[in-house]
Amino acid sequence: MSSSIITVENLSKRYVIGHQRSKGDGLRHAIEDAVRNPLQWLRSCLPSSISHLPSTREEFWALNDVSFEVKPGEVLGIIGRNGAGKSTLLKILSRITEPTSGRITIDGRVASLLEVGTGFHPELTGRENIFLNGAILGMSRVEIKRKFDEIVAFSEVEKFLDTPVKRYSSGMYVRLAFAVAAHLEPEILIVDEVLAVGDAQFQKKCMGKMDEVAKKQGRTVLFVSHNMGAVANICTSGLLMEQGKKAFHGPISQTVDAYLTSSAGVTGERVWPDNSYAASKRIRLRSVRVVQSGEMKSTVSLDRPVSLEVTFDTLVPDLEISVHFHLIHPSAGVILSTANFPSATLGRDVWAGRLWHQGTFVSRCTLPANFLNEGTYFINVAIMLSARETEVFVGEALQFSTQDTGGMRREYTGHWIGVVRPKFDWETEKIASY
Amino acid sequence: MPQLIIEAGRTERQYWRDLWRYRELFYFLAWRDLLVRYKQTVVGVAWSLIRPLLTMLVLTIVFGKLGKMPSVGVPYPLLVFCGMLPWQFFANALSECGNSLVTNSNLISKVYFPRLVVPASSVITSFVDFIISAAFMIILMIWFQFVPPVNLVFLPLFVLLAFATSFGVGLWIAALMVEYRDFRFIVPFVVQFGLYLSPVGFVSDVVPERYRLLYSLNPIVGVIDGFRWCLLGGQNTLYWPGQIISAIAVIVLVFSGIWYFRRTERTFADVI
Repeated sequence: MSSSIITVENLSKRYVIGHQRSKGDGLRHAIEDAVRNPLQWLRSCLPSSISHLPSTREEFWALNDVSFEVKPGEVLGIIGRNGAGKSTLLKILSRITEPTSGRITIDGRVASLLEVGTGFHPELTGRENIFLNGAILGMSRVEIKRKFDEIVAFSEVEKFLDTPVKRYSSGMYVRLAFAVAAHLEPEILIVDEVLAVGDAQFQKKCMGKMDEVAKKQGRTVLFVSHNMGAVANICTSGLLMEQGKKAFHGPISQTVDAYLTSSAGVTGERVWPDNSYAASKRIRLRSVRVVQSGEMKSTVSLDRPVSLEVTFDTLVPDLEISVHFHLIHPSAGVILSTANFPSATLGRDVWAGRLWHQGTFVSRCTLPANFLNEGTYFINVAIMLSARETEVFVGEALQFSTQDTGGMRREYTGHWIGVVRPKFDWETEKIASY
Repeated sequence: MPQLIIEAGRTERQYWRDLWRYRELFYFLAWRDLLVRYKQTVVGVAWSLIRPLLTMLVLTIVFGKLGKMPSVGVPYPLLVFCGMLPWQFFANALSECGNSLVTNSNLISKVYFPRLVVPASSVITSFVDFIISAAFMIILMIWFQFVPPVNLVFLPLFVLLAFATSFGVGLWIAALMVEYRDFRFIVPFVVQFGLYLSPVGFVSDVVPERYRLLYSLNPIVGVIDGFRWCLLGGQNTLYWPGQIISAIAVIVLVFSGIWYFRRTERTFADVI
């Protein structure tokens, strides 16, 4: 379609890992190959040799036949787990590396921000780095001069403008770097995970700037992040990547949902079949479950207690075991951690503080009703020995979502902000009359 | 609105236009390297004089006084320093170019710009040192009360030749260094041996006539001879067959350098 600003057609990128003898293996092999078989070496120097390399190499498709379009003014969030191909996609879009096959058509100037402070030199002063970084990002000297004051004001480092940036705090450094980048004026802005740095207040400012670039100036933005909250707020549409392939492309809320449901088991249970958990010789994990009202659930109701269960075998006697859960909110991070230490529990876990027999155990932690908010949560599971040694750790072992089934929907029906929404005691007193 | 098409193996057309668009980056990178080079040093810029000066003293003593090499009617220190002008430029450019891509690897893996800018701007950085040394050459000539011949007007031509030589060899080394870090060890060797293999401490007339043509294959020979002919004149004559061979070698180096650099450039970000 002609109305697209970016058209990506059948884009693929292959990396060769391991033993491709004729390349990347140091000078010795290159010379050796050239001497042993000059003809083949010469042929391998020709660009067409990509298609018939020796079969000893291992291939890895970082991107595999990806096609999508972006409309002008669209803010596209690109999400996916680590290694899904997001960064490779951005690198190809910003022309840092070439695709193996496929085609991208872009109408307009692209500026990409794959890292804040690219090209900053620690020995140079803030002022000097603004110019250097600006030039590297593709601004002309005149353009930088024109925006200089604006950049400085945004970065809040006026006082240290003539100090070498190696003496900056990391917060100042990031602020200055983002400020330069934020004042680029391309038609298309590509941003990768820059908001993961800086303090909360500055992050807010960055998000505001991104929002302004997208909504007020009507620019097209491609934004890669693991922060679902940020993605959902800024982006209008989303692209979900899974193992180098496009898994979903559509409105942002649906994309985030698709990501959340795809990124962990959805059955409310994760099982390690017989002997398949091999990370520990002393403890064998069997399963992790979310249970409500005696049933395994992937979506739980907010107004009833929820139990997190882990089942495991102890393979040796006399271990001093403690069981830990972390509760994670996709955009807020870890919201709590809990363990069955006697001093950290309400009642007392009968096995806490004892030497555990050999056998199969199930440890259960019950979260009270009306504690979590509506949304999706992940659980990390850990088992420690003698409260010091982490014997078992499974990050994001299980995902579950929560739903308000009406308990807190009588007066206010909108969304409660926050990662938890417990019920508290409230009282109002009349302390004077008029 | 400019339309950009990204496809495997199709960057050529855009490339030269981008090189023009990023022309200010040449200046900024060179400026950065210059600013940074002498930070936290005590004598600062003086280093770019002390090094050639000490080398000149050593070479004058070894070749002039101990070796009793012919001085073709010119004060020996002048002869040596005149040879060192292009040699130092070449040697510096070679070392800086070679490392330029690797030291800027953070840029290369994170931002797009024509990569040719990086080695080119390190040649520019070395050229600034060359200018400083050239200024000292003038002082040295005043000291020895030496009047340069009319050949001086041809000097810019040989400066250009020196530039092209450095750029050509620099491109090869820079591109090779990305994939083969072996060159990190090769370059210092080349620079060290080159000082004695090239006619820096002596005039190339001492090379036996029958080896002269072969000797001229070293492109820096033509440049040094040219510098002596322009600045010192007198008995420094140009050996024309050698000059032509040097010039051809330089042209081949520059074009093959650009070709090889362009060919490997597209995978820099993956390999570096």
